[in-house]
Amino acid sequence: MTEVQLDPYQQRYARRARGMTASEIRALFAVATRPEIVSLAGGMPYTAALDNAAVTAVTTAVLRDAGPIALQYGGGQGLDELRERLVDVMAAEQIKAHPDDLVVTNGGQQALDLLSRLFCNPGDIVLAEGPAYVGALGAFSAYQGHVIHIDMDEHGLIPEALDDTMAALTAAGRSAKFLYTVPNHQNPAGVSLSAARREALIERAERYDLLLIEDNPYGLLDFKGEQLPCLHTLAPERVIYLGTLSKIFSPGIRIGWAVAPAPIRRKLTLLKETADLSQSNLTQYVAERWLATQPWMEQVEEFRELYRERCDAMLEELARQLGEDCTWSVPTGGFFVWLRLPEGMDSKELLPSALQARVAYVPGRAFYADGAGEHEMRLSFCFPTSEQIREGVRRLAGVIREQAALRAAMYGDPPWGSGS
Amino acid sequence: MTVAVLSGGTSFEREVSLSSGKRVTEALRDRGHEVVPLDLDGNLVRTLTEQPIDVVFLALHGQVGEDGSIQRLLDLLDVPYTGSRATSSALAWDKSVSKGMLRRHGVTTPDWHVLSTQAVREYGAGQALDRIAARLAFPLMVKPVQGGASLGVRRVEEQADLPAAIMSAFHYHSAVLLERVVTGTEVAVSLVDGAALPAVEIHAKEGAYDFAARYTHGATEFHVPARLADDVAHACAMAARAAWDVLGCRHIMRADMMVDQGGQPWVLEVDTCPGLTETSLLPLAARAADLPFEALCERLVELARTGGRGGRD
Repeated sequence: MTEVQLDPYQQRYARRARGMTASEIRALFAVATRPEIVSLAGGMPYTAALDNAAVTAVTTAVLRDAGPIALQYGGGQGLDELRERLVDVMAAEQIKAHPDDLVVTNGGQQALDLLSRLFCNPGDIVLAEGPAYVGALGAFSAYQGHVIHIDMDEHGLIPEALDDTMAALTAAGRSAKFLYTVPNHQNPAGVSLSAARREALIERAERYDLLLIEDNPYGLLDFKGEQLPCLHTLAPERVIYLGTLSKIFSPGIRIGWAVAPAPIRRKLTLLKETADLSQSNLTQYVAERWLATQPWMEQVEEFRELYRERCDAMLEELARQLGEDCTWSVPTGGFFVWLRLPEGMDSKELLPSALQARVAYVPGRAFYADGAGEHEMRLSFCFPTSEQIREGVRRLAGVIREQAALRAAMYGDPPWGSGS
Repeated sequence: MTVAVLSGGTSFEREVSLSSGKRVTEALRDRGHEVVPLDLDGNLVRTLTEQPIDVVFLALHGQVGEDGSIQRLLDLLDVPYTGSRATSSALAWDKSVSKGMLRRHGVTTPDWHVLSTQAVREYGAGQALDRIAARLAFPLMVKPVQGGASLGVRRVEEQADLPAAIMSAFHYHSAVLLERVVTGTEVAVSLVDGAALPAVEIHAKEGAYDFAARYTHGATEFHVPARLADDVAHACAMAARAAWDVLGCRHIMRADMMVDQGGQPWVLEVDTCPGLTETSLLPLAARAADLPFEALCERLVELARTGGRGGRD
């Protein structure tokens, strides 16, 4: 009779909630928010670069001119006028769509949640790049989807690796519900799917009867000026396209959208209404007015140059500090560099040492559903200044060199990278 | 009374500490105190000297709150604070020091060995791991010599896994403790002003009482008082009190121990700034002793204000 119940609701939780536990990594990240730490961890856009006076003016105008409607419920598919503007955003990347094809969602993340809800029964197979965006993995696992990763290299997802996986699935009598991919400036790898591989992927989607989810948050933040064809343009009936204003305007405004074939779109609208009745009309109007009245593309260009400069700072410092010891991706755009540690070194284990040296990153395992990624880490260059980035890389390099020397002493490896 | 609740800081237990601090803040406000919640930062000295603070409530976990440094600063500023004084904190914080002191004074603690990064790097101590293992025998617990919340702690069943566990713990502190595993019942005995509260018996539902088991509601089964024979429960309370005396603690303390099949308590470690979160052990014990959390916090404030009994420096 002495047992103390700290959670009297435990027997009521669904099975899918069982994995929700306190985590060491999350606790360690509490330290990463302190100002002493150079955080190369989070993927937060540099919203301080926005013209705050313009945002204020737009928001004020919305309330002044459309207050009663902006403060009212909206429709399940999203505001008509906003969908027209979002079509313009897609057109900036040469992507054609009609406003009726779009469903507005609460950020791209809600689209991932709704699609997982729509497609995934427990145990269903979902394909994703390896590594893959952690938020997508979270959405798939929340509906108990089983993720199989497809290897990628500096040109993005490897079509032949997809062949191998499809052969294995077919042999096992299984199929995949969809393949999730971020073809442009991928999170976390920083690379883009080459033009040839886009063709190859679409050809395979036909061959294997695969549905693709093309997530494109970073497309306009392109450092190389090489706009590659969108998968949705190549095969609109095989591809669900996801867009967002988070990286080109504001993540706080929570505007994303899905472009999907009509039957899927109708289901998404119903699911959206079930999830939250409707997108906030207020933020939809603010986004619509921003896109209609402000030079938003100039803002995107400003963001792009800012991120390019920060990316260059990171790459330069990495080459200076870790050129002998580690390898990393060279981003085509976006926010992230994917770094591979020397053989045997584990990025999750290394994190407390890094935090003691006042630098943070995200361990690679976060981007795999199957426990891979132990030797890798994601470094983001979107939020800290170039000088902070250089300092962060120097600190990280010190930690890696220190660890290499200790490993050599412990395991008797040939000594290297001791910095002397 | 005006109480500054200090929590957060840059230790690995920042999140746990913020959670303790928030709970303490609410409890003291409920009791009508003026509470100033403070995170540790460069303004601390100015804040504590410019504001009329009667007592500092230490809800800091991890190095900065438990290694004695904040206590020394508060002594310097003449601000009364809850918990043990600087030297006791520092002694308890370093597990190799505290275990040595406990053993020297006859408190039973499992055999151990300490290995530092310096010893590995500079004089090849990694090559003597088999000797350590032979002396202590598997299974072994590998823990950072300094640190809490089970961070960096691993149980090792065989020699092959030992180097990796040591390297893992080195990420949390530059020295690790290798400790013989005692099989039996895991209990924690908390003391408030030197008096033992009922022992808390701990059973993690899945595997070890690790970080997730500590801080996830419902992941661990607790029994308070522990299901121990009266004489064994008494022995546990005596062991905890002996640890309190040996280390010179004051106000509050928690001793973690294993009770073996013969009913012998083995003290594993002593925490001078124990967790005060919703899943923490000391508040569970206090509740079982009819000491609600609000009353516990207020009692500690009162002890700090009046000096309390015991406590050396």
